Amino acid sequence: MAYIVLDTKKCKSCYLCLDACPKGLIKKSSETGMTGNFVVEFDDKNGECLGCKCCALTCPDLAITEVYK
Amino acid sequence: MQQVFKLPDCIKKDAKFTFCPGCDHGVALRLLGDAIDECGVREDTIAALCVGCSVFLYDFYDIDCLECPHGRATAEATGIKRARPDKFVFTYQGDGDFAAIGFAESIYTATRGEKVTSICINNTTYGMTGGQMGPTTLLGQVTTTTPFGRSAELNGYPMKIAEHIALCDGTAFSARVSLDSVANIIKAKQAIKKACEVQIKGLGFGFVEILSSCPTNWKMTPQEAHRHIREKMIPVFPLGVFKDVTKG
Repeated sequence: MAYIVLDTKKCKSCYLCLDACPKGLIKKSSETGMTGNFVVEFDDKNGECLGCKCCALTCPDLAITEVYK
Repeated sequence: MQQVFKLPDCIKKDAKFTFCPGCDHGVALRLLGDAIDECGVREDTIAALCVGCSVFLYDFYDIDCLECPHGRATAEATGIKRARPDKFVFTYQGDGDFAAIGFAESIYTATRGEKVTSICINNTTYGMTGGQMGPTTLLGQVTTTTPFGRSAELNGYPMKIAEHIALCDGTAFSARVSLDSVANIIKAKQAIKKACEVQIKGLGFGFVEILSSCPTNWKMTPQEAHRHIREKMIPVFPLGVFKDVTKG
């Protein structure tokens, strides 16, 4: 089962990863981050993550630090 | 379980980018870091930096950096490379720095065929100073110095940097890439690596122009800014490799 490591302390809530994930596994959370907006969370209860790295490649703030497949 | 993505080693472990949310500088810096790591030249790298948002590279990279006067990064890179030809020297500049204030330095560095690599971030505006008209500002684009939109009659046409650099005999590689989608980010990484390799092989000047978003000064969301790149910028600034001496 693939997964990503997300460092929400670096997330600036640009939400580019929401569009990048082909499975829609990244969502807005209820926690606020450094910009005062909701940071993202990785929600993969059914193990759907493909490990495609699209979110990590798109993130401009190094918030997705590792991807395992 | 295999690790398929990690952050570049040449970016400091505790680095937190200080760019605005959605700014593509972060992606460009990560791709450049990957290219330096993959070429195995981190310990021998010296960066010549400009004035603008791109100068913040020195806060995030674990390499030697020199801050240059506005527009003179390629001139200083020439000096560093001639004094220390064993080092890998690159510049990381914005479009205003590379193609307006420092265009004389940039074009002659390419003409002389200096063995350095230049990365130019084209976001069609002067980002750090608040969004004034730059050399690449699109026709009709509203900036703080063109409040009615850039007009060809009054302000001239946007400059196509990668094509200009490709015309120089000393250029070994010149390409334009974009960071608006995952597919284009992967192509951008290949182009940046190629621009680094031509320097390491001693073939000449390596140049990549990167179409990048500036959501703050464009007054758009990051998603709208990427759509703007796709719909407005790419038709004016076509993507592609304009010169590659390694391919016949």
